[in-house]
Amino acid sequence: MAGLKYTNDHECVKVEGDVAWVGITRYAQEALGDLVYVELPAIGKKVKKGEYFAVVESVKTAAEVYSPVDGEVVEANDNMPNDLESIKSPVGEKGWIAKIKISDPAQLANLMDEAAYKKYIESL
Amino acid sequence: MKYVKQDKGGLMYEENLLWEKQRSDHPGVDLPAPKNLKSRTGQKERGDIGLPQVSEPQVLRHFVRMSTWNYSIDHGFFPLGSCTMKHNPRLNEKMARLPGFAHIHPKQPDETVQGALRLMYELQNWLAELTNLPGVCLSPAAGAHGELAGLLTIRRAHELKGNKEKKVLLIPDSAHGTNPATATMCGFTVRNIPTKNTGRLTLEAFKEALGDGKDVAGMMVTNPNTCGLFETEIVEIADLLHRHGGYFYCDGANFNALVGKVRPGDFGVDIMHINLHKTFSTPHGGGGPGSGPICCTSELAKYMPVPTVVKKGDGYKLETKKDRPETLGRLKGFQGQFGMHVRALAYMMSHGADGLKQVSEDAVLNANYILAQLKNDFHAPFAEQGPCMHEALLTDKKQKDAGVSTLDMATALCERGIHPMTVYFPLVVPGAMLIEPTETESKDSMDYFIGVMKDFAQDVAAGDTRKFHDYPLSTPRRRLDEVKAAREPKLRWKA
Repeated sequence: MAGLKYTNDHECVKVEGDVAWVGITRYAQEALGDLVYVELPAIGKKVKKGEYFAVVESVKTAAEVYSPVDGEVVEANDNMPNDLESIKSPVGEKGWIAKIKISDPAQLANLMDEAAYKKYIESL
Repeated sequence: MKYVKQDKGGLMYEENLLWEKQRSDHPGVDLPAPKNLKSRTGQKERGDIGLPQVSEPQVLRHFVRMSTWNYSIDHGFFPLGSCTMKHNPRLNEKMARLPGFAHIHPKQPDETVQGALRLMYELQNWLAELTNLPGVCLSPAAGAHGELAGLLTIRRAHELKGNKEKKVLLIPDSAHGTNPATATMCGFTVRNIPTKNTGRLTLEAFKEALGDGKDVAGMMVTNPNTCGLFETEIVEIADLLHRHGGYFYCDGANFNALVGKVRPGDFGVDIMHINLHKTFSTPHGGGGPGSGPICCTSELAKYMPVPTVVKKGDGYKLETKKDRPETLGRLKGFQGQFGMHVRALAYMMSHGADGLKQVSEDAVLNANYILAQLKNDFHAPFAEQGPCMHEALLTDKKQKDAGVSTLDMATALCERGIHPMTVYFPLVVPGAMLIEPTETESKDSMDYFIGVMKDFAQDVAAGDTRKFHDYPLSTPRRRLDEVKAAREPKLRWKA
């Protein structure tokens, strides 16, 4: 989707001001299969780029969701554990797992845009 | 006359729970009520404890019927990748049933069980020789327990050396799930080493994960790895790790590819576990228990768990904390799975050094036969790099777009009387099918498997895909809704 950013680990990110809304891409959703559980982070948790802040579990596997930037969790999507299908919504609507306050905006430059991500998943 | 339908028909048994079969008006055992029995503990008399009232033949049939729903290596081909489901030779069973091994008690004095201690000592020596790691502790009860014992040994070593900052374990993204789980349980933080598109660890990726190495306690690597590939840069990686004061833990799950050919101590391993129930043919997958001894360098041996068997003069004794004060202590009651030690040593001695070499050669040959036969019908992500080790990796990439996934094909294998391979693992390969035939499979049984898989590929290519979503048809249960079961679990027999 336009304006979104992506990581190598298949997180999708919507940046709003100094906050990153983080969800997982369609590619990740298809690889996981239907979710059965999501473990949300605590508010105030400090995260580093590449460290995990949440866990998504399907019947196939449990996978960590990694932070795209250094920062602090300011909000977790409390609705998601009750409505696991919502992970499939756009990240800017119901599909975000947590919102992370960005401490170093320069790190955003390392994320992929949609075209680059598309190319990346074709290479896998 | 009314009757309760018990069977689906023919030999397809249905089986109710014992509580549904029970009839309180005719109990299985009819004992007279005890008379003049005084409570010796002062407790209230125990009332009905609610056991189902069934007779001996009913109980026997109940469990025998359910056992026929099970599938084992004694039924047929069981190519579960990374599990090494090889034949369990009956000679092992015969040895384990010798009264001198079967009927001893772990609390007997050492001098009355010298034969058993000698057997453990000899097994330690065989494992030390095969791994080139002289310290051996047989007590861990399974592979993951061996990992726990190994990582606690590493932690103990760093603690006693005062390396307070060493808290990170480096683990590749292709690792078995137990590796990061064990590391976390032992209080380490896990740092991921990404494997490249080649499916292998590279020195470059390792360097990046190592950083300045100050916080790195060690790394955990399976070799050959879960893609069935030998880690070709492992010696350089281990050297670099050692220069930064880290220990190399090797997950021995895939030792069947190397046994008798390569000694892990020679490629830099400091400590590893050996799954006796994989490489050394002791029963598992329903027939357990497992057994996961650890082998380590002489440097780490002082820290590993007790007990171990040592030779003293002409006799053998169990070494305890008194003899080895730096040990992390005891991790298991008594001496571990002694019955499995007997079976594993019987396997080693009946094969001999040359036989064990042939084990790994044939295991690798069989996996490559399957890979060579199927690599054109299925996507084989690493086949162009050359031969695999003891397991062949395929994916559903060529079938997925037609709507037939790895899970569909695994389920269809049940329909054809074959246990599915490992599916969706390793996680780094989408739609993975990991096939480990082991050396004990005949060419005929592998050819049957290959034929079935080729049929699947042809059916999908011809558009005949619908049946894949209906399978299995001839099993006691049809396809289960795993998602619903996980999202809305029913945890009680009756609501």
